[in-house]
Amino acid sequence: MKSRPALRDTLIAVVALAVILVIPAFHRSPAFEDYIIRLSAMALFATSLNLLVGSTGMVSFGHGMFYGLGAYSFALTMQLTDLSLPVAAILAVLLTVVAAFLVGAVCVRLGSDYFAFVTLAMQMLFFSVIISWQSLTGGDQGLRGGIPRREIFGFDLSSQLHLYQFSAIVAVLGLLALRHVSASPFGATLRMIRDNETRAAFLGVVLWRARLIAFVIAGGFAGLGGVLAALFVSGAYPELADWPNSGQAIFAVMLGGIESFLGPLVGAMILLALNDVVTRTTEYYGLVLGIVILAFALGLRRGVLDYLRRWWAQGRTGRAR
Amino acid sequence: MDLDALGHCLATAACVVTQTTSGLIVGMLLFLVAAGLTLIFGVLKVVNFAHGTFYMLGGYVAFTTLAVTSSYTLAVLAAAAAMALFGVLFERLLIARVYGSNVLMQLLICYAVVLIFDDVVKIVWGPDFHAMGMPPAFQVPPLFIAGGVVPPFYAVLIGIAAVIALALGLGLAMTRLGKTVRAAAINAPMVGVLGINTTLLFAVVFAVGGALAGLAGALAAPVRSLSPGMGFSILIESFIVTVIGGMGSIAGALVAALVVGLLRGFGTIGFPNFTDGMIYAAMILILVFRPQGLFGRRTA
Repeated sequence: MKSRPALRDTLIAVVALAVILVIPAFHRSPAFEDYIIRLSAMALFATSLNLLVGSTGMVSFGHGMFYGLGAYSFALTMQLTDLSLPVAAILAVLLTVVAAFLVGAVCVRLGSDYFAFVTLAMQMLFFSVIISWQSLTGGDQGLRGGIPRREIFGFDLSSQLHLYQFSAIVAVLGLLALRHVSASPFGATLRMIRDNETRAAFLGVVLWRARLIAFVIAGGFAGLGGVLAALFVSGAYPELADWPNSGQAIFAVMLGGIESFLGPLVGAMILLALNDVVTRTTEYYGLVLGIVILAFALGLRRGVLDYLRRWWAQGRTGRAR
Repeated sequence: MDLDALGHCLATAACVVTQTTSGLIVGMLLFLVAAGLTLIFGVLKVVNFAHGTFYMLGGYVAFTTLAVTSSYTLAVLAAAAAMALFGVLFERLLIARVYGSNVLMQLLICYAVVLIFDDVVKIVWGPDFHAMGMPPAFQVPPLFIAGGVVPPFYAVLIGIAAVIALALGLGLAMTRLGKTVRAAAINAPMVGVLGINTTLLFAVVFAVGGALAGLAGALAAPVRSLSPGMGFSILIESFIVTVIGGMGSIAGALVAALVVGLLRGFGTIGFPNFTDGMIYAAMILILVFRPQGLFGRRTA
């Protein structure tokens, strides 16, 4: 029997989407819908980052730049022009892609340590531009005044239910596209570069080109996540492009597992839930989050999903014996 | 952009002196932080993203010591000693567990430490800005050099940092410990095979790096305000300095720190909104044309 991975993935995505879309028909909970909207943005952000971290072995600490750029360019396009929402979203993603190309062109040839903090420096440069270009971005107050909610395809995005449905659809489609990239021959090339770049180079892979393409794809999907984030907060804030946000994405990737495609999604789910619980009980969020990170990094040493998969595989070999 | 103002400034000796001193202050503080960063990277191949936290804690320790003992000398020494100890603990308890694993683990641990200690500082010293104020010994009229105003503390700060730069450079070049450190930077396992205790050596390197950052924090406290986020901004600039100078090179860190400092000193007059941009641009140029940095060795 020939396996059809693309068909299987699409089926999983359709089922997951159907479940998410059906839930509000039985039970309306604003908190849960909020959670899914934020999760949609975060999942795209973290999963796109994992294309770099997990698949290619490039630890980018500046991924928040593209998330923030997506949010700002989308919100600004909506505020300053009469373009419809999908056009503005596509423009925002295109702009992020161009920015990712420029940043990537400088960064992808660097060794892994340099890469981590040159991407971070690029992000901080972008962050300082946001803070200092007050007339356009509103500086540290963020971009206020809201995003004009133009109706699209019958979605009225000022209603929470419609925003919920819209975010879920965009996120699931985005994740499916990323899954496709990761399962494609190009995805296999990236994993080969991660495991042995010398061998990959001997097989004729142009390393910087493959890395640059991965960087640009990841940047674009982070931008799409940023668009959802802008819709959720109805504006854009410098925090979206600040370094703790990149740290959160890295932690989400790490928490869920870098070897599994859905790891970052699981990580984002746990992290957002943790966020909600911790901020409700204490103002010292960083302290708690830091301790949790240390516990994971030193204790488990791999993400939840990777851990479970390994445990499952060990159990199977145990039974076979 | 205000190039006229910059031209005017460069034409008058007073302005040149004032801006050069303020640039040197920034540069020397950056050097102290970046030297520890580059030393740790050179020997342990660890990018210490928590180095800014050492600097911040050093500043706060000095602040409290000065308030208790009212001796600035004691405050500086206490900050350096406390951060040397902190560096050793950080290395032994956390970083030592992830040697040899990928950069992601190190990054996460440092990220966690930064988050934790930003909040610890908020709990102990409060979330507001603190101004330490000039220590009593330095509350004297400023020096005038060629018409430019130079507070005596600035001169002392620059002097201390210059002495440390010299001591660090000579120590690495001449002493046995310095030779061991340089050898470990090239091949640490081989140094271990030759019977040198590399575990101890790594702890010493972290202690020196921590002490330098703590010292920088203590020296910065009278001229800058203390706040929980202060570690991160200096961390970013120190990274830029190490990239420009070359990772692992002390001389490179000194030159690059002075370049960045002077760029800041004169940039505030010529292009106040674009000083950050100039520094990032300098880094990008270096990366494009000389990726190993000004003084860096090309790694195979």
